[in-house]
Amino acid sequence: MPANVVIYGPVGTYLAFGLVMAVGALAVAWILRPADPYEEKQLTYECGIDPCGPAWGQFFVRYYIIALIFVVFDVEVVFLLPWAVVYRSLVKAGALGAWALVEALIFVGILLLGLAYAWRKGDLEWV
Amino acid sequence: MIADWAERIRAFSEGLCTRFGIPGLLVDVLAWIFGAIFVLLLITVVALAAIYLERKVSGYIQSRLGPMRVGPIGLFQTPMDALKLLEKEDIVPRDADRFLHLLGPVLLVSATVMMFAVIPWDVRANVGRWLDWEIGLLYLVAVSGIGMLGIVCGGWGSNNKWSLLGALRGVAQLISYEIPLVLAAMCVVLQAETLSLSQMVEQQQAGIWAWFLWRPWLMLPAILLLIAGIAEVNRTPFDIPEAESELVAGFHTEYSGMKFGLFFLAEYTHLFVVGLLFAVLFLGGWASPLGGSNLPFEGLVWLNLKAWIFVLIAMWVRWTLPRLRVDQLMAMCWKLLIPASFAALVIVGVVLMYA
Repeated sequence: MPANVVIYGPVGTYLAFGLVMAVGALAVAWILRPADPYEEKQLTYECGIDPCGPAWGQFFVRYYIIALIFVVFDVEVVFLLPWAVVYRSLVKAGALGAWALVEALIFVGILLLGLAYAWRKGDLEWV
Repeated sequence: MIADWAERIRAFSEGLCTRFGIPGLLVDVLAWIFGAIFVLLLITVVALAAIYLERKVSGYIQSRLGPMRVGPIGLFQTPMDALKLLEKEDIVPRDADRFLHLLGPVLLVSATVMMFAVIPWDVRANVGRWLDWEIGLLYLVAVSGIGMLGIVCGGWGSNNKWSLLGALRGVAQLISYEIPLVLAAMCVVLQAETLSLSQMVEQQQAGIWAWFLWRPWLMLPAILLLIAGIAEVNRTPFDIPEAESELVAGFHTEYSGMKFGLFFLAEYTHLFVVGLLFAVLFLGGWASPLGGSNLPFEGLVWLNLKAWIFVLIAMWVRWTLPRLRVDQLMAMCWKLLIPASFAALVIVGVVLMYA
């Protein structure tokens, strides 16, 4: 599909050149740099003492909650973007503009209620 | 007008193509490659200049001179540092996931380069044929999200507790601050009625007073975008992911040599992209502040100068304010910036209803 190539071509080109830049710099470094690994050098850094267990373990659950709240707001942003694009033309068209604003307010209001609930429940507190 | 120049060059190259039977698509492909090479050169120069300037600015803010030894007034310091990084050993911890460890910086750098694809460098009818999407802004935000994956890959792949903590904090911070960033940009979308970055610039062409920054209802979004933008590139006072005082070096603790260099490059490039975004949204992008662009490539110069305003403000903030604690950082985003950005959105909506 030539049309799609024209639309997405630049994205592919920039991706390719970004990869070339990153991998190219690493390749040049690979040619120039020394390689002298030994046991102590390859130890995981933990302030100089021997590492105590792997890092792939449990971590703070709060990150998960933040991610959940984020997903809600991010999807909301995606839904609001088309509204933001057409809003002024709706306003110019007449009474529809007021409805567009009220509907967006209701939508945002529901989400802000959710944010207020999470806030009240203490999910936004870090410690 | 540069548009005339661009039109002449395009007509010339298309004439060449029909004469030698080269398909038109090839012209486009060549233009994309030309554009990408230009961006890579720009990134290199900008990153070197920004790192040098950062050290100079911090020096002067702290009553020091900054780098002075290598070359006149220390000008060759950053190229030398880059060379030094090139010849440093690449130490990968034995317990690390080697693939993810490598993928982290590569992903981050390529995502940062990809963000340049929609930046409108000059008037739309331009030689480079930059991507002018109707959804430019959305693309920019989406691709900056891919960069986060680079941080996670690096932090998780290192199998180091500092790295893991830094990466998790980094992602929590980036996703949180993305919301006020997008909502502030959405206020400009409401004003400009488009997601295309070049069309936003076209509405601010008439000179310095046509900039969206001067609309009173868009000043709050501009401030929000400034704060969220600085947070989005992990810089002090928001550099919790790499907080040296508590996390050694955060997600790049286990990185050395050129892989570390790539993280560094990506940080300064990302800073510059956010500067470009700020310039496009609020400072009139490639449009001359005097109104009307007459010289070829004048727009390119203006856009770069305007992006540097943001970069210099970010440096000034970095060397003035102390780092926030991680709980203060999250509280500031969720309890202050997000409600404020929703308020800004509603204000802009109401104002535009009666404007």
